[in-house]
Amino acid sequence: MTAMPTGAPAEIPLRPGRAWTMVERNLMIYRHTWPVLVAEIFEPMLYLLAFGVGVGLLVGDVPGLGTSISYPQFVAPALLATAAMNGAMNETTFNMYGKLTTDKTYESILTTPMSVRSVALGEVFWALVRGAIVATVFLVVVSIFGLANLPEALLVIPSALLIGFAFAALGLLTVTFLRSWQDFQLIQLVMLPMFLFATTFFPLDVYPRPVQVFVEVLPLYHSVELVRAAFLGTGGGYPAIAVIYLSVLGIVALAVAVRRLEDTLRP
Amino acid sequence: MTDSSTVLIDARGLTKVYGKPGDKTGFTAVDGIDFQVRRGEAFGVLGANGAGKSSTMRMVACVSPATAGSLRILGYDSGADGAKIRARLGVVPQDDTIDTELTVRENLLIYGRYFGLSWKVLRERSTRLLEFTRLSEKAEDAVATLSGGMRRRLTIARALINEPEIVLLDEPTTGLDPQARHLLWERLFQLKQDGVTLLLTTHYMDEAEQLCDRLVVMDAGKIVAEGTPAELIARYTLREVLELRFAPGERQIMTDKCRGLAERMEELPDRLLLSTDNGEETLSAVHRQGVQPLTALVRRSSLEDVFLTLTGRSLLD
Repeated sequence: MTAMPTGAPAEIPLRPGRAWTMVERNLMIYRHTWPVLVAEIFEPMLYLLAFGVGVGLLVGDVPGLGTSISYPQFVAPALLATAAMNGAMNETTFNMYGKLTTDKTYESILTTPMSVRSVALGEVFWALVRGAIVATVFLVVVSIFGLANLPEALLVIPSALLIGFAFAALGLLTVTFLRSWQDFQLIQLVMLPMFLFATTFFPLDVYPRPVQVFVEVLPLYHSVELVRAAFLGTGGGYPAIAVIYLSVLGIVALAVAVRRLEDTLRP
Repeated sequence: MTDSSTVLIDARGLTKVYGKPGDKTGFTAVDGIDFQVRRGEAFGVLGANGAGKSSTMRMVACVSPATAGSLRILGYDSGADGAKIRARLGVVPQDDTIDTELTVRENLLIYGRYFGLSWKVLRERSTRLLEFTRLSEKAEDAVATLSGGMRRRLTIARALINEPEIVLLDEPTTGLDPQARHLLWERLFQLKQDGVTLLLTTHYMDEAEQLCDRLVVMDAGKIVAEGTPAELIARYTLREVLELRFAPGERQIMTDKCRGLAERMEELPDRLLLSTDNGEETLSAVHRQGVQPLTALVRRSSLEDVFLTLTGRSLLD
């Protein structure tokens, strides 16, 4: 029994695996662990039920967005934006940190022709695929309950992809700075307040001006504005600003992250 | 096709310094080594922990850039053409880095995808390699259910998925039980028979004697000796070694009494080694001096003694 075929083997040209191979790897894993993805889809729906419906019964309509809209309509797009953010960030921080440290997954991948850049891009790609799945299912469900204005609301899907890209890249950059699992506490320290402040549950004008300025700097705020504009069919200048903000954030974070990963993974 | 004179790995003045360039606190792991590995041979790098073996392997694997010197592999420059070289290498790292989230077969499939191989080719190859590494029955199992020896074999199967010309093995049998080691050696020997060039590091002498045609001994980042196992033994040791053990309280006195009885004497923490051309004669001389060892053993000199002679230390320190 030999490992190598005897005689002259048919020459099979080797080419480096592309970034897409990382998505194939993740799809293979999710064939075993698909309940994780289901949980990720249900999380924003539980929030919508608790806050949108529960709090919505107490507060009635939300003023100040042109036409008066119901509280569930106000909260739903914010929860979708947050789900897109969390899905992407979890993928490139929590999941990636394990692969970088304990599992040494990337170490073995990088002994193949794969480059650090393809690995990084591949993981961001995968975060996008996940984000697209979560956003689509969420949109279908809220549309059934009449909370989204179709067909304009279909713009939610590309919006979720852009949010996923920006936060996946930001997560990738963050993971290069982590020293231990304890540092995830620091990420939570940023993520949770951002989730609460970024006009998720209250419109911007409830805050005093200094707080408003702080909120307007947050990437999640722009994500929420983007999805909300698509959801409610309210355009205006916001989407353009949000698209530019998230694109630039994503591209810069990705470029810096790839350089830093190169130093970590090829010492 | 197998031209044994072709040099596949050519390292000259190869150096690895960790830390920022120009930083005085940088640590020199590999200090200007030269070696050549020819097609079809099994080449060993011997050394204690920290001697620079793994750093050397990482540079040859093109996962860690050389700080200085030249390193040409399969005719390519390791710095400029890393991806082209990696496409034709198989790497078995020191720690098993199997993808724990995938099954045994999936590990092989996805690893082949990193080389850009088609699913069709991979399905056929994964079956053949699982058979080669005796893992066919485990194909659909989770990696977590594998024993240490099986994990190692899976790592080797994975390293062969691209039908590499050179396979790098970093301490391939460390931590395995004797049975698992022998099975692994047998498989590696088979690979060699198939014409695959092997470059392996080890700190086990028996492993080096079993597998390596030629080897270098590394100490503190430098190559201190090079040759076939038999050459090294002939060059650096006498024919036999007399090993003596003493009761703890008597060690020092007994050791002093033995001085001058052999051409070379090494004091290890647990025993005394006397190098000699005739072990039995030396043992008689020891007894005539009134030395009463707890145990006395005469054996042939081995690579372990070469290492001890060259570095003054035991390999497993």
